[in-house]
Amino acid sequence: MKIIVCVKQVPDAKDVRLDPKTNTLARDGVQSIMNPYDRHALEEAVRLKEQHGGTVTVLSMGPPQAEDMLREAVSCGADEAVLVSDRAFAGADTWATTYTLSMAIKKIDDFDLILCGKQAIDGDTAQVGPGLAERLGIPFVAYVRKINDCTGDTIRAERLMDDGYDLVEVGLPALFTVVKEINEPRIPSLKGKMRAKKIDITKLTAVDIEADPEQLGLKGSTTQVVRVFSPELRGERAMLVGTPSEQVSQLYEKLSPLLSALGAVTK
Amino acid sequence: MDYFLSEEQQMIVDVARQITDEMIIPQRSELDETEDYPRDILTAIAKADLYGLYIPEEYGGLGGGCFEIVLALEQFARGCTGVATAFAASALGAYPILISGSEELKQKYMPLIASGEKLSAFALTEANAGSDASGIQTTAVLDGDEWVLNGTKQWITNAGEAQIYTVIAITDKSKGPRGATMFVVEDTDPGFSYGVKEKKLGIRCSSTRELIFKDCRIPKDRVIGRIGMGFITVMKTLDQSRPGIAILGVGLGQGALDEAVTYAKQRVQFGKPIISFQAVQHILADMAIQVEAGRALVYSAAKHIDAHKNDMSKASSMCKVFATDMAMKVATDAVQVLAGYGYMREYPVEKMMRDAKILQIYEGTNQIQRNVIGQELNKEYTRS
Repeated sequence: MKIIVCVKQVPDAKDVRLDPKTNTLARDGVQSIMNPYDRHALEEAVRLKEQHGGTVTVLSMGPPQAEDMLREAVSCGADEAVLVSDRAFAGADTWATTYTLSMAIKKIDDFDLILCGKQAIDGDTAQVGPGLAERLGIPFVAYVRKINDCTGDTIRAERLMDDGYDLVEVGLPALFTVVKEINEPRIPSLKGKMRAKKIDITKLTAVDIEADPEQLGLKGSTTQVVRVFSPELRGERAMLVGTPSEQVSQLYEKLSPLLSALGAVTK
Repeated sequence: MDYFLSEEQQMIVDVARQITDEMIIPQRSELDETEDYPRDILTAIAKADLYGLYIPEEYGGLGGGCFEIVLALEQFARGCTGVATAFAASALGAYPILISGSEELKQKYMPLIASGEKLSAFALTEANAGSDASGIQTTAVLDGDEWVLNGTKQWITNAGEAQIYTVIAITDKSKGPRGATMFVVEDTDPGFSYGVKEKKLGIRCSSTRELIFKDCRIPKDRVIGRIGMGFITVMKTLDQSRPGIAILGVGLGQGALDEAVTYAKQRVQFGKPIISFQAVQHILADMAIQVEAGRALVYSAAKHIDAHKNDMSKASSMCKVFATDMAMKVATDAVQVLAGYGYMREYPVEKMMRDAKILQIYEGTNQIQRNVIGQELNKEYTRS
């Protein structure tokens, strides 16, 4: 089985800051990591390969630095890594991103299954997986928490729902987005790390994937971000101190003007 | 301090550190309470290829030496000496085959041990044979095409968990030290069973049990090396393995230092963090000096052992004594820095103090190590 895993490099959620001047994510000095949900997608792909044979290719659209993340993916069991990188991709929304990824996948051509994380922890849109499936015209299942059987032509998976799960069977090729419940990602192996150090990462540009320049990056994006801002803090917090009865008196004093303003009965 | 590791050695540290931080540290307290064997952690270590670190490539390993396994063990022990002991015990069980075994035995067992698919264990100690290995009473008698083993081994690490045991038994009592032979015993061999699991002060998640041989029959070709050479194999094995125990002291000491410094920066008394008091600073400084000195000695000894296979004993014993005595002191000091909190099970340092004690005892007590060093000195100065 040939599996493609789409991975994204994101800022570490423990360390997200906004640049107050430009209203964009401050990336300087912020650690970049593989999107955690994508890590689960990669692990599932490697497990499927270990069970059924085949290959795992990791694919990312991103700046040249994303190469580090792709090498990490190889150390965790991916066989090949492809980086789609071009200045023309800058500013892409999910619409332009799915176009770019779909063109890259058409270039790779041969695949049975595409796995993505359910969403990225920076944009949180959860649109790239389904969008990509639509662009490629293949079946799509979201929130996959378990892959049951995989015969050559079809695959069965459990889709996590609020009140249980759906058992879904689709024909291959197909695209799944996975939730974190699906597995526990492995720690890279020593042999994997050694392979990752040496591996040649395939790099594709806009020209290589024969993309229409009009559909790329900011130009090809249908959403425009007008403003990004940190919400203002509302509400105040006060600590009441003293004995319980003193605290009750203090609370009463604070609340009574509010209650009278609302027309509530006070005494 | 920078020890100028190669890129490959740094990778070993990185992989072992990740396993330690993500798996060992979060589980160590529970493992200490339940005394459960850390199977899932050992599986992760196997998947990360670390069981094969010291095994030659032709037997499915990574072709590293004593220094490479030391780097991994240091990280594991920083998290939990019990887990690190369970991992190290497999190497101790494998060394006799690697050092003295026939090509057939190596081909048969090493790939299984290198992949972590099977665990091994080393069986020397008996009720009446501890520091004095000549007190061994387990016997092996050749009967046709089979050896028949009878006797009981005591305090065997990984007993009941391992599948491959390297066992020393007396094959000819009249020959004294030349009358012992090592064998490979498999967990499924008839007449082989285990005693109850021992209750220990520390390293509680590691398994310590008896091996009981009652007319245990094994094929003739399971002899490791030549008949009568058992003690020589044992001595070479321990020379090779002791830096692995020494480094557990360094890892444990580093873990204790990390906890003590972190706590001293947070704990406020008399209106200041206690790290601002010289009395505390000096304890921490001495801990840091000792840990670094231990590390430098163990790394040097491990590299010496990798380069000089015929001159290992003194370096091996020196690093074992120094680093494990250091671990006991540093762990005790860490409890002192954390004081009342340190004595509570809520913090990890009391466990470190309990775990440290075994390092001065097992794989040859530190008193026996000093004997070895003394005898080596005597030999050295006679020669020159």
